[in-house]
Amino acid sequence: MITAIIFIPLLGALAVWVWPQRNCRVIALIFNAISAACALGLWRKFDATGTGMQFVERHAWIPAINAEYLVGVDGLSLLLVLLTSLIVPFAFVARPTPGGRGFDATMLVMQSALYGTFTTQNFVLWFLFYEMSLIPAFLLIKIWGGENRDRAATKFFLYTFLGSVAMLLSFLGIYFAKGTFDFSALASLGKNGLLTGKLAWLAFAGIFIGLAVKVPLFPFHTWLPDAYQTAPTGVSMVLTGVLSKMGVYGFVRLLLPLFPNEIKIIGPWLLVLAVCSIVFAPLAAWAQRDLKRMVAYLSINHLGYCMLALFAVAASPTVTANIDTHAALGGVFMQIFNHGITAAALFYFVGLLEQRRGVRGISDFGGLMQRAPLLCGWMSVAIFSSLGLPGLNGFIGEFLIFKGAFAITALFTSIAVIGLLVTAIVFVRTMQSLFSGPLAESCSAFPDLLRREKLVLVPVTLLMFAIGIAPQFMFNIFNTTVVHMTRLFG
Amino acid sequence: MIAWTIYITFAGALLLLFLPQVFARWIALLTTIAGLALGLAAFFCTPITDLAHFTTIVRVPWVSALGMEYHLALDGVSLTMILVTGISAVSTVLFSWDVEYRQNEFFFWLLLVVAGCYGVFLSANLFLLFAFYELVIVPKYFLIAIFGSTNKEYGAMKLTLYSFFGGIFVFIGILVAYVTAGSLDMNQLAQFQFPPQLQSWAFPVLFLGFAVLAGIWPLHTWAPTGHAAAPTAGSMLLAGIVMKLGSYAGLRVAMNLFPQGFHMWSKWIAVLAVIGIVYAAAVALRQSDLKFVIGYSSVSHMGFVLLGLATANVLGVSGAVLQMFSHGVIAALLFAVAGRMIYRRTHTRELDTLAGMNLSRAMPFAAFTFVIASAASIGIPGFSGFAAEIIILIGAWKSYPLAVWITGAGMVLVAAFTLRALKQSFFGEAGAEGEVKKVAIVTALNREEFNPITLAEKLGACLLMFATLAVGVYPKLLLDRIMPAVEAMRFLK
Repeated sequence: MITAIIFIPLLGALAVWVWPQRNCRVIALIFNAISAACALGLWRKFDATGTGMQFVERHAWIPAINAEYLVGVDGLSLLLVLLTSLIVPFAFVARPTPGGRGFDATMLVMQSALYGTFTTQNFVLWFLFYEMSLIPAFLLIKIWGGENRDRAATKFFLYTFLGSVAMLLSFLGIYFAKGTFDFSALASLGKNGLLTGKLAWLAFAGIFIGLAVKVPLFPFHTWLPDAYQTAPTGVSMVLTGVLSKMGVYGFVRLLLPLFPNEIKIIGPWLLVLAVCSIVFAPLAAWAQRDLKRMVAYLSINHLGYCMLALFAVAASPTVTANIDTHAALGGVFMQIFNHGITAAALFYFVGLLEQRRGVRGISDFGGLMQRAPLLCGWMSVAIFSSLGLPGLNGFIGEFLIFKGAFAITALFTSIAVIGLLVTAIVFVRTMQSLFSGPLAESCSAFPDLLRREKLVLVPVTLLMFAIGIAPQFMFNIFNTTVVHMTRLFG
Repeated sequence: MIAWTIYITFAGALLLLFLPQVFARWIALLTTIAGLALGLAAFFCTPITDLAHFTTIVRVPWVSALGMEYHLALDGVSLTMILVTGISAVSTVLFSWDVEYRQNEFFFWLLLVVAGCYGVFLSANLFLLFAFYELVIVPKYFLIAIFGSTNKEYGAMKLTLYSFFGGIFVFIGILVAYVTAGSLDMNQLAQFQFPPQLQSWAFPVLFLGFAVLAGIWPLHTWAPTGHAAAPTAGSMLLAGIVMKLGSYAGLRVAMNLFPQGFHMWSKWIAVLAVIGIVYAAAVALRQSDLKFVIGYSSVSHMGFVLLGLATANVLGVSGAVLQMFSHGVIAALLFAVAGRMIYRRTHTRELDTLAGMNLSRAMPFAAFTFVIASAASIGIPGFSGFAAEIIILIGAWKSYPLAVWITGAGMVLVAAFTLRALKQSFFGEAGAEGEVKKVAIVTALNREEFNPITLAEKLGACLLMFATLAVGVYPKLLLDRIMPAVEAMRFLK
């Protein structure tokens, strides 16, 4: 089943490649739909009360180095698989003009890599998929990007690649010391200290940097605004919606279980980094004139909340598995999903504005409420969801994160609350200058939402409301995993 | 049953999105009347003994593992607030009867504010309370930013940012309470003994967060700007109900959870409250825009609420609750006259210009209403303002005699600016000699154009006037229900 999910997009990429140019988007969407159906099937059969991996498939792969083909899902993996199958199709639809089959094929390869990353439980295979996502992302920015794409693509590639190399070296070190690449085996070894002395710190630093670049965590974030700004709308949606989650996923799956002692020692410093992400990113967003860049900076802020809660759970010296750690970790998972759909929606809206006017500076728009009330209304929903307004999805995740993290580290969490305020200021200011005020002259012929666009937006917005009002169905996916993991970290 | 006020109002708001414009105002009216009727039914049918405690009416687990529940409860204090919400809401819809610009949307936002307020007043779970509290911010923003008048963008922005600013302190305070006591249930939290050291800083954080919305000095500056920028309905709701969210939550949450912290800080709250009363009244005396006068008067009257809360005795706090009711009604009435009756017809709110128009002849009903509203606002016996303020002052006398003296002086200022506004807006025949002639012509011209006061406006005004008179003449009606509920709270000395 999982294998099917991973390889269907790859097949799709092949099919798109050989098919005539004209219909390639339809083909791509069909393959997307099939893999999404498989993911939904996985969700239906998933036993929400079972701990440990489910649907495990294990085959020998490279026996010489103990590398197996080992895939399986728990609540977290399932959540991310669902997120991937939700966001990627939207990225296809978000593209106004066909980018040709090259674009579609590349996107499908990336999707396959994402599925792979979220389901493999063996480092070698995981790393393969992890890297496999990097190249399509690079190509998508480099070939189909906007202004400055060469520089942005190179920067993105170099940052992530250096991070990956550091991570690979660390894992080789771990392998030579312990002789296994299996995540669960490593995690159980990690409880009593995986490595000792300098080697442990080196390995920790390597993996930390690799993942921190991917998330990104302050101060490893500088590639992000460039990359997100330049990438075409659909690619930005996938980058922020799914790709950034690979980093968070890596933290939960690798770093925290493998190095509990190291994290406890430098925990406060990690928390400082997370708080910096939360506070500085929206301040930077405040200063931006370009809407897309602004949304990109706010993305850093939202993932900062995830990092804050994760580090709080893992770094606290006296932590025990209790309701607070459950809340924090549950909040992180919730936030992963919420940020995926909300940030993707925001990028989609910025894309719509850009399509209509050809520019996307904040001051290029004004008084849109008069010309395009529907667009403004739906965009406000996305903005409020990102702002964390009750009744929408963002609130649940952030509330849980703050609730849990506050119990563990009150000081850092209190400072992080500033991030909420600044985000609010940035968004309110944006809405003000975009929607209200006198109608900008250049916007006089501004079309409202088209039917095609409504079709994309209605389901996503309904999902935001559904999660905001009755989040229980989401919690059911990962509740058991949360309990299991807090025990692991505690 | 009272829980249906929330559901009906939300349902009405949703309905407005789907039905054509013809039905919009009727749906809004029926929805708000249903809310008021439910409130009245609860008022008359619930035995008074049941209102002495925060009695659960609905309790459904939401995310039970994390202590989040959909938990509503009712006591005398929240019932009073439900009633004033219902009354203000109905009259607001009546005064918005001739809104034409994007009618559906207008009533949609309006009902959302009302529904959120009902939610806050009934919530018995901190999470739920916070959710409703924050939920009110959005429709408020849109009401002002889309439908407002003077400087609307600035006013909307300022109000929203202040609300968020307060919300963040509230958020921290809630987290502190939850983390220490391990529960979000307000009844359980009210039994929990928080360490005094924690209370000493948690209380001011939480209380100040709420008090921003109540317009506490010096965090009040959003209020006059926001009120002036809002459309009439917006000002009526803002001053009538939304400001009460702050004082209500301050009482229900901050004071109940952290009683010792409250006692440590109560005299400072009293100081801020007294400054607010006097300062706002003095500023109102110098305003030239009628809406700003009323906006500052709201800050001044909310100062009484805060002073009442700060007394920490049954009388003072009950008086504060009564004042919340009273001011909700009176402020709505004042804004209705200023925004709907005067501004819609003369297109000005400048007192000097109005002074030349001698509006009492053109609009006798409006003049009558404004006289009543002013009298109630000044605190003439027989109106609810008097009943509430006298109780607050008696309560305050026990705790802070000095504050009563200063406030007494402040009340003179309140009377002064209210009378000044009344005189200039309706009875202003004075003016420079030479100008009288010119103005007379203007007046004659205007009088031709004046639409008569509509039936809807009369109904709305009558409802509000009836409410302030009924409570003023017979305050026992409400006090019987408020005082036992206040007595049950644990912060009393």
